[in-house]
Amino acid sequence: MSRLSILQIISFFIYLLYQVLILQNVVLFHTAFCFLYIAYLLLLPVETNPLTLMGIGFIMGLAVDMFYDSVGLHAFACIMIMYLRNYWLNNLTPQGGYDSGDSPSLSLNGLQWFTVYAAPLVLIHHAALFFAEAGGFSMFWFTLWKIITSTLFTLLVILIAQFLFPSRRLR
Amino acid sequence: MERLILFVFQNRAFFTFLVLELFCAWLIVENNAYQGSKFFNSSNGVVATMNAFSQSVRDYFMLSEVNRTLAEENALLKKKVTQQRGQLFPPQSVITDSSFVNQYDFVSAKVVNNHVDMMKNFITIDKGRDAGVEAGMAVISPLGVVGKVKLVSEHYGVVTSILHVDVMVSGVLKRTEHFGTIRWDGVNPDLVDFKYIPPHVHPVVGDTVNTSGYNAIFPDGVMIGVIDQVELKKDALFYDIKVRLSQDFRKLSFVTIVKNHRHVEQDSLEQVIQKLER
Repeated sequence: MSRLSILQIISFFIYLLYQVLILQNVVLFHTAFCFLYIAYLLLLPVETNPLTLMGIGFIMGLAVDMFYDSVGLHAFACIMIMYLRNYWLNNLTPQGGYDSGDSPSLSLNGLQWFTVYAAPLVLIHHAALFFAEAGGFSMFWFTLWKIITSTLFTLLVILIAQFLFPSRRLR
Repeated sequence: MERLILFVFQNRAFFTFLVLELFCAWLIVENNAYQGSKFFNSSNGVVATMNAFSQSVRDYFMLSEVNRTLAEENALLKKKVTQQRGQLFPPQSVITDSSFVNQYDFVSAKVVNNHVDMMKNFITIDKGRDAGVEAGMAVISPLGVVGKVKLVSEHYGVVTSILHVDVMVSGVLKRTEHFGTIRWDGVNPDLVDFKYIPPHVHPVVGDTVNTSGYNAIFPDGVMIGVIDQVELKKDALFYDIKVRLSQDFRKLSFVTIVKNHRHVEQDSLEQVIQKLER
């Protein structure tokens, strides 16, 4: 096993534990949730193949679900963004393309690019999560409000985490 | 056939996506059912141990609150004991019926994980099958109703909180003794709806709502909360009543599980009647 994948496995557990031990208790005004663990999924190397991505998303989602007692919800949302991720990345290819081992992070292409990359995926994840949780569209506006506030909160925390721990290029 | 396989292989990402999403959707639906999924939940040993650790940190911040509630409950119980003593020993009128005295058993448990912000909230407790806890038992706290045990593992249990949009509890307006149904609407964890109170009743803000004991799970007279808003829309059949829960679910830290020894008896009797009626 290469050094890279060992680091990936370690950071998988760091993100997971941070989510379930600390961020589980952080909910602002009963509406804004923070799901920082999806940053791990967003920052997986660019050339990871979609099947692996969805597999990792599924495991991560299910692990988070066990703590939230919401079997399948997080897994559902994670698989969705993992499927869409590579198509979205291809659309956003910077000039000169990606190098092998690149992680689509803040340090790769700057703040603006990263926000454009992460925001829609976070939004889709939260939309899938909260609508599936509400079991439909019966409380549409309240759910939408939850989605918007949570997206902003999660995105902000992801950006702060990126500034605090800038990922060096791992080769 | 060969082309079909080739087609599936070429679109394998999409098909894996479809299969995994369907599997997750099945899990979600399965979990919504009454008994719920048996494996991927927080009564799982590793998950529960970690939650217990996390809760033990949180407990330090709630110690004074817990102490205060316990002291208040003690005072209340002492008052009740003295009252009962007066009733129990009037001249030759005591009928000691052991089945009457021991209808309910109480097991105390600690909350290890608790949510209030989802649509469907669950609470994990540190008592399971080995303490005699079974699915379907009522869970109360010193301040009020908490929920119903959903499933148990060897040492842990998962409780469906009152703050779960599919849970309904039979409630009674203490002052007028009218029955209704308590159900959460999923928005504010402090308020629940009290439904089906007809317009000829006059509930007022501040009235107490208790459990009714009609469903054989909760003992009757456990406090649910106090009426916060009363509204009667024009031509409406029932009041819109909001009840402020007496137990703040964000501060839940110790709960009591209620075993009703006559649950099975009452249920089977009621089922016989329902069959005859049909």
